[in-house]
Formats: sequence, C-alpha cells, structure tokens
Amino acid sequence: MISDMDSVLLNLGPQHPSTHGVLRLIVELEGERVVRVEPVIGYLHRGFEKIAENRNYIQIIPLTDKLDYIASMANNMAYVKAVEELMGIEVPLRAEYIRVMVLELQRIASHLLALGSIGNDLGMPFTLMMYTFREREKILDMFEMLTGARLGYNYMRIGGVSDDLPLGFTDYVRTFLEELEVRMEDYERLVYDNEIFIARTEGIGVLSPDKAINLGATGPVLRGSGVRRDVRKDEPYSIYHELDWKIITGKRGDCLSRVSVWIEEMKMSAEIVEQLLDSIPAGSIRAKVPKVIRPKEGEVYSRIESPRGELGVHLVSDGSARPYRLKIRSPAFCNLSILPHISKDVLLADLIVIIGSLDPVFGEVDR
Amino acid sequence: MNSALYLLENPLIRGLAGALIVVGMISVSVLILIWAERKIIARLQHRYGPNRAGKFGILQTIADGLKLFLKEDITPAGVDRITYSLAPVLCFALAMIPFIAIPVGRNYIVADLNAGILFILAVASLSVIPVMMAGWSANNKYNLLGGLRGAALMISYEIPAGLAIIGILVQSGSLRLADIVEAQRDGWFILPQFLGFAAFLISAFMESARPPFDLLEAESEIVQGWTTEYGGVKFALLMFGEYTHSVLSAMLIAILYLGGWLGPFDSSLWLIIKALLVMIFLMWVRASVARIRIDQMLNFGWKVLIPIALLNIVIAGIVRLHYY
Repeated sequence: MISDMDSVLLNLGPQHPSTHGVLRLIVELEGERVVRVEPVIGYLHRGFEKIAENRNYIQIIPLTDKLDYIASMANNMAYVKAVEELMGIEVPLRAEYIRVMVLELQRIASHLLALGSIGNDLGMPFTLMMYTFREREKILDMFEMLTGARLGYNYMRIGGVSDDLPLGFTDYVRTFLEELEVRMEDYERLVYDNEIFIARTEGIGVLSPDKAINLGATGPVLRGSGVRRDVRKDEPYSIYHELDWKIITGKRGDCLSRVSVWIEEMKMSAEIVEQLLDSIPAGSIRAKVPKVIRPKEGEVYSRIESPRGELGVHLVSDGSARPYRLKIRSPAFCNLSILPHISKDVLLADLIVIIGSLDPVFGEVDR
Repeated sequence: MNSALYLLENPLIRGLAGALIVVGMISVSVLILIWAERKIIARLQHRYGPNRAGKFGILQTIADGLKLFLKEDITPAGVDRITYSLAPVLCFALAMIPFIAIPVGRNYIVADLNAGILFILAVASLSVIPVMMAGWSANNKYNLLGGLRGAALMISYEIPAGLAIIGILVQSGSLRLADIVEAQRDGWFILPQFLGFAAFLISAFMESARPPFDLLEAESEIVQGWTTEYGGVKFALLMFGEYTHSVLSAMLIAILYLGGWLGPFDSSLWLIIKALLVMIFLMWVRASVARIRIDQMLNFGWKVLIPIALLNIVIAGIVRLHYY
C-alpha cells in the first residue's frame, strides 16, 4: 500500500549539535517513514592532510586539535604517537601516565557531550545536556589548568607532553571523580528510569555485529553491537597494558545500547584515571628529541582508541623535515557512513536519534 | 441606577466588556506563566533563567513580546496568503473563546452556560483547524509535517478527554461547571475518578501540545513544525494561543477534579493556586522526559487512554449508585 503513495524528498538540515551546519541529509519520506537517507557531507573544506605536507612535524600538532574538537587530546595523541613510532622515540613514564590520564578525561568529556546531545535529539529540553555540560566544564577547567585552553589544547608533544601537571591538579581530579560518581546516578536515572527515553531508543537503529564489522564501525558504535574490540586492549599503547580495566560492550546494537556503552565507558575511564592518580611516577615529561624532526625514510600506520573509535594516522616520510603524506582514518566518518544502512524504515523522529547515537563530529567527518 | 451599570444591561456591551476582561486577564496570566516556566525549568536544569530585564527578569516576557512586535513581518514566497495570515489570528481567538465559560469563582463567569463543559470541549477541539491551516498554507515541508502531526494528535485526544469527562457528568449530574465544582463539596473528584483524572490530564496536555507531546513543534526533528515559517507578531500569536491552551487545560483540571474554588473558605484564589500547581507539574514533566514518537503517541491514545477512560465511567457509575 505504502509504496503506491508518492514519496516526499526532504532536506534535513543540521539537527545534532555537533553536525552544526555541515550535515545535510537527503531523506525520502513516505508519510513519516524514512525510505532512503543519503548523507551529504563536505562543506568544511579544511584539507588538513594536504596542509600537513607543507608543515614540519611539530607544526602539525596544532592542526590535529581541530580535527575532532570534542576530543582534541586524542587527536594530538594519535599524531604524536605515529611520529614517535616512526622515529623510535622512547617516551618517559611520567609523560605516559599524564597522557593516559588526559586521554581518559577527554573520553569522559566527549561521552558527556554525546549523552547530553542525545537528550536534545530526543526532545528533552536541554535538561540532560545542562547536567552533562556541568561536569564537562570541570574537565575543561582541568585542561585549562594544564594548557591554558578550553578547546584545541595542543598539549601532546613528540616525545612527551608540553607541560607538567600544575600544583593541585591531582586533587582537583580526585574531587571531580568523586562528584562524577554521584552525578552518574543522575544521568542513569534520567536515561534508564525514563519510560519515554527507553521507548524512543530501544530497538531503534539496530546494527548487527556482522554488519558493524563489515561496515567498518569502531568505538562505542561497534561495541554497542556486542563486538569486543578496543585498540587499547587489542594493540595496547602507552601504559594501557599495565592498567586494570575491561572493554565495555552492549548487547542489542540499538541506540540504547550505544548510550549505555557511553555511560559505562565513562565509569570505566573514571576508574582508569583513579588508578593513575595513585601512581604517577616522578621524572621528566619529555624525551630528548631533536629540534628539527627528520624521520628516516619509511611509513607507519599507528592507531589509538579515540572516544569515537579507532583513530588511525598513516604517516609517510621521505626523510625530509616535512611529512611526504599524512592520512587520517577518522572513526566519525566511518561511523556516519553506517547511517543509511540502519535507518531504513524508521520514522523521521528516530532518524535524528540514530544520528545522535553515532556521535558524529564534523571536524573528523569532513577533514 | 448608576449609568455605567445601566449600560451593562445591554447584552452587546456586556459581551464586549466580558471579552475584554477575559483577553486582558488571560494575557497577563500567560505572560507571567511564560516567565515562570523559564525560571522553573532553569532551576530544574541548574541554570539561572531570565535575570537581566527587571528584578528577577520579570520584564523578560514583555521584552520578548516587544521584540516580536517590532520584527519585520515576513511572508515567504509561494504561501497561500489568506490562509497563512488567518491561521495565527484564528489560533489566538480559538484559544481565548473557551474562557468565557470558565468560572473563576462562584459568580465570576462571563457566560454561565448550562452546558459549559460541552461548549469548552467543542471550541477547544476546533484548535486543530488553525494548526492544519498553518501547516498546509506555508509552503514548507516542515510546516506540513507539523500540521499533519497536529491533526493526528489532536483528533486522537479529543476522544479520551471527552470520555473522561463523562465520568464527571455521571457523578455530578450536570454540565454546568459551577455545579460540577459544588458537587465536589463532599470530596474532590480526583479520588473516586483517579483513572479519569489521569486520562484527562494526559489528553488535555496532549491537546495543548506541550512536551513531551510537542510533536507538532519537535524542534530537533521538524524544526518547530507548523510554526516554522511564521515570524514576528504572527509567531507571537501562535505561541500565545498555545500557551493559552495550556492555561485552559490547567484551569479545567482544577475545576473538574481538584474542587475548583473550594477550600477552607471558598475563593478564586484556590482555583488559581490549583491551576498553578498543575502548570508547575507540567513544567517539571517537560524538563525531565523525552518527546514521544508519533506512532507511540497514537497507540497510547487509542489503546491505553480510551480503555482507561471507559473503565472510569464504570467506576463513576458504581460510585454514584452506592454513595450518593
């Protein structure tokens, strides 16, 4: 019956806060039912990978901040790790501790934002977002203490980090973690005890484990489908192998699963940070690296687990002070490409929630 | 006799005076409510809410209103001009009319109709027309989706609301609102008719399209839906109409189920306090739950609320037979 009806083509503008102006969806609707979705991306026009070829290795670090501005630290890390691997630089232990601590705090901040904005997508008037932003602000305060910036931190350096922890930083983090534990209960109540939240996310946008793997999903999107994959465990970098933590997975692969993966991962990240706080070793925060970095001819593909999934950096060196080629495999791009596959036959309202659950960030989608 | 009072004998003048009083009072209360809602929701969200214009931001809504009035009145190309311009006016008017039959106190009523509740339901149900007009005429797919959603929503909630009221009629034996309130002297109807109360509360607020049932606006999905293309005064009228609708719903709930002006001493104050409490409850709900989806909403209306409202009639009948 439905197929006899004329369909309507709707240009769905930017809905999710982190798709601000650059995600256009061409949606074919039959009534309110979505027949076909086509994401149209490519309005950011930043060309990072090309610009990188004209800069020396250190100058590229600030570019990576802007790739995924919600998780700048992770992007910093992915890039410097690639250079370190290419050159075989040994990073001091203290620096590794600080890095992992910062990365996990960044993961919490990023997931807080994702969780808050899915509340918005669901039409909960800003409540969840206001709550999660309250905690995210605290993390931004910490990063401000560390780097002086609240966005685009530029903190990682090749061979370490730019500055040591300021006085009182660890105490601040400790108080924050205690607070977060209490606030987490608030979020869980707003999500799990909310009949409408469950009804709107359960069984929506189901991504089967096979499909998730085939379509190249990573991060919470993949783990939400129950696949136990995490670069931090599979290919441990920094000091992750010394820490005690588990990979979080969901069961059903729907939007609710992905949301619960965020919530559980935040708790796990908080645990990781707590472990680190007790045992930060003394020592230098940066290895001795040459002023001008000239890796030997060769190439490397290095990856980390960013809050959104596998963030890979493919770096090719021709022996000069500038990279010959830099290619980034960004998780948000791959995750967003799943959208047309899981939003067939959903309702228009569900489509918005599915986008939110994929947690796209446009700096990454359109590099 | 005083000449001014003599003038009031004239039905036309009396009607006009009544209309002025209704429009004035409702406008003021809506202004206050908009401000209060922003403050209360801000408090629930750990924010400050309006706090710049006037003490406690009390002038905020007036400033907003002024801004909307001074805005350029834009009519997009390709709209059906007459329908497009008429929709906000109709929306505003239809929201105001039911108030003439609402008793604010025992004798404070503009038109004391014998079938008051019937009149209110009938006029309130007309409000689907401006929504459809706005949705259809604006030449915008978001408007259209919002308008169609509005039609589906409002029509499916007339029925449970009407059925829930039958319980009240059975118990009070009158369609006159003042009689309904007086019938609650021995006990508010919320107790024997809790099911009806729940059904009416939900359907009344679905009809006034407040979150979580604001499907016809749904800013995250269809960009404010039926009001997308409206700006300036037209938008102000639409929003005003919608708010007035929720004031009406709150007043009706207070009158039908919470004993209206009955209290330690009979006073309109009680009615206003009760209606305010209902409003605050709805603001609280608004801040804490997500928006329901259209299919869920229709299912809920037809498969849950209607059976509940029907059950309520049976209960009301039993209560009436055994206790009155």
